[in-house]
Amino acid sequence: MSTLTDPPNEGFRLSMLINDTRYRSLTFQVIAAIVLALCIWYLGNNLIQNLRAAGLNISYTFLGDPSGYDINQRLVEYDSQSSHAKAALVGLLNTLLVAFLACITATVFGVIAGVLRLSNNWLVSKLMAVYVEIFRNIPVLIWIIIIFTIMTAVLPGPREFRGDNATSSMLFDAFAFTNRGIYIPMPWFENGIFASTAMNWLLVLAGFAGSWIAAHQINVWANNKQESTGVRPKTTALILAAWLVPFLALMLIMGLTWEYPELKGFNFSGGIKVGGPLIALWFALSIYTGAFIAENVRAGIQAVSKGQTEAASALGLRPRRVMNLVVLPQALRVIIPPLISNFLNITKNSSLAIAVGYADITATLGGITLNQTGRAIECVLLLMLFYLTASLTISMVMNVYNASVKLKER
Amino acid sequence: MSDTHAHSIAFVRDTEIPPSPPPAGETGAVKWLRENLFSNAVNSALTIASLLVIYILLSKTLPWLLNGVWTTSSLAECREVLQGKTGACFSVLTERWNQLLYGFKYPSDQYWRPNLALVLLLFAIAPVLFFDLPRKLLAFTAVYPFLAFWLIWGGTILAPIVALVGFAAGAFVFQTYGKSSFAVGFFGAIAAAFAVWIIGGMLIPDGASDNAMLQAVPSRDLGGFMLNLMLGVTCVSLSLPLGIALALGRQSDMPLIKWMCVVFIEFVRGVPLITLLFVASVMLAYFFPPESTVDLFLRVVIMITMFSAAYIAEVIRGGLAALPKGQYEAADSLGLDYPQAMRLIILPQALKISIPGIVNVAVGLFKDTTLVSVISMFDLVGMIRGPILASTEWNGVYWELLGFAALLFFVVCYGISQYSQWLERRLATDHR
Repeated sequence: MSTLTDPPNEGFRLSMLINDTRYRSLTFQVIAAIVLALCIWYLGNNLIQNLRAAGLNISYTFLGDPSGYDINQRLVEYDSQSSHAKAALVGLLNTLLVAFLACITATVFGVIAGVLRLSNNWLVSKLMAVYVEIFRNIPVLIWIIIIFTIMTAVLPGPREFRGDNATSSMLFDAFAFTNRGIYIPMPWFENGIFASTAMNWLLVLAGFAGSWIAAHQINVWANNKQESTGVRPKTTALILAAWLVPFLALMLIMGLTWEYPELKGFNFSGGIKVGGPLIALWFALSIYTGAFIAENVRAGIQAVSKGQTEAASALGLRPRRVMNLVVLPQALRVIIPPLISNFLNITKNSSLAIAVGYADITATLGGITLNQTGRAIECVLLLMLFYLTASLTISMVMNVYNASVKLKER
Repeated sequence: MSDTHAHSIAFVRDTEIPPSPPPAGETGAVKWLRENLFSNAVNSALTIASLLVIYILLSKTLPWLLNGVWTTSSLAECREVLQGKTGACFSVLTERWNQLLYGFKYPSDQYWRPNLALVLLLFAIAPVLFFDLPRKLLAFTAVYPFLAFWLIWGGTILAPIVALVGFAAGAFVFQTYGKSSFAVGFFGAIAAAFAVWIIGGMLIPDGASDNAMLQAVPSRDLGGFMLNLMLGVTCVSLSLPLGIALALGRQSDMPLIKWMCVVFIEFVRGVPLITLLFVASVMLAYFFPPESTVDLFLRVVIMITMFSAAYIAEVIRGGLAALPKGQYEAADSLGLDYPQAMRLIILPQALKISIPGIVNVAVGLFKDTTLVSVISMFDLVGMIRGPILASTEWNGVYWELLGFAALLFFVVCYGISQYSQWLERRLATDHR
């Protein structure tokens, strides 16, 4: 009865490769794969020929050789007899150090500037607008150089602290701002529980972790009490005690003392020396990125509609609770993703350390080691691998966080 | 009624009193001050603190700026003129003006060439930035890159002409065959352009640059702020099409192409620009054919273009994702194929949404061009840190030079961001 039949089987024609949507994407992908393979083959071939012509090979054994150079700023034991791998590790730790410090201070600067820019005070908000525009529109490299110049050209040398009529003096007899770096007092323990200083500090850290857990438990207890009785017990004193008591007890038991920097001969000794390059890089990165964070904070706060605040007040929440329970959670959802990408930028911009001679991984592995060994390809690849790992780790954390604060929609 | 009362009441005012002026504290400047600067204790404290900050800043910088010396030939002379007073030695700017702008190797009798190129750049870029201008001006924009190349590098005019003819041939092939099938037109255009370039390259005689109309200038002689501007303009304009292609590739249904784009974008965004510049300066040469000499400028342009293309791709991907799905579906239901849908429906809207992001990337990229000073190219910062501060005459003139560099970058970057805000207002079609 049906007159409809299947369309005649046409068979495969060559033009279907490009005109038939079933095959077209396959065609394009095959072409792309061929082009990619050709490119890789061409570049690889050139690389092999060039290396052969220059009498080089790719090998990472140079990492075990003694580096032969000194690094001033270091977090782990290192001397010029240590291997290149150790020098790279020192650089890596220095990168993480400056990135970590700059992330914290940049957030502080950014939050303050962002909030003040929304202030009712005309003068303050204009001042903050000027800060943001000036720092966002001038390259960070110029800022790093400017602040490094302030450090080296404006601050007094150690010799000016000497003698009876010294032209410079130490702040509170504890802090010395010199053009070689800033000297601050160093805390240490007279009768530490462990033999090594690091273990003692770990103990203090463990104490803080304990305090944090205790404070959290107090909050949980107060919440339960409030749920069951309707009255929230006063927790301020308890929480304060949870934070302070273990810390103070530890400090007393281990006998915390401060070692002050002192002028000896031509230089200061004792205390902690924070090198000029570190300060310049740290401060420049924080104040530059702070301007970007200020804009994110402003956008985040402005993104919470006024109705939310008004509704919360109408429910009878006090201003602090309005901020904590209604405005901040919503603003943070807008602020955090760009904030973390700014942290990423700080980590990547810290590679500009090479301009002021701060021994980060770019300056050690990508600078001195590269120049001494001539292993350009290996060094640059290792350098990229490090930054790539750091960036991907941070963005992975960001994605996890984003997923957790995402609006739960149906 | 009122008549009867008029007799019994001693006095009735029959005219209105003119309104008395508001209290002195509620008008004009005083009111503004009270509302905006001294509304409460905290606010007053903030105001006073800000005034203090402004006073300290001005009291330090104003005498320095106003006492500036403009006409000495070395720092020592300048200090003599100042006689211990606070004051800036701006004479370093006037004396080294050409070095700051053009680098220290560009032949000084040829400065008119980059100047002319800059002026022409303004004309070429105007129809792109301000689309109320007649569209015919875009023809000049198309010719400009070749003209600017010839002006700045000099040498034989045949090379840019061959390049231009190659592009023209490609465009012609695309116009002719692209209507019926996008793929045929596109690949045909590439083939035609390459054919012209290869044949044309063979036709240019050896040594054509030797006694050309404009003296040839090698890339390593470029420097100063000119180098920053050239890198910025070249890399942004090259990375836009590349970024669009990468963004579309990342959205593609074809897994292989998608993953190629994802790996490229994430890799480039994951490493600092400085490592890419290291690649350009020490590593990239290994990947070119032996005996070929690709100069540092070109290698740097390649790496910076890749860098900014990855960022622009992410911005445009955001724009593509922000478009309502209905737009894609509407394009499909009209029967448009992929290239048509992208060109006519999707990209115009997605690019419009992406403008602020693209401008941010452009400003960031322009600022990042200062990083080339780290791989010993003498851009503005490289000139200041290298030849000028190291010279005996000007050893120690930090603030004037760094302030000048900061000012130049600020003017350009602030100008670009103001343009972007204007463009956003201009393109806003949702009447909110």
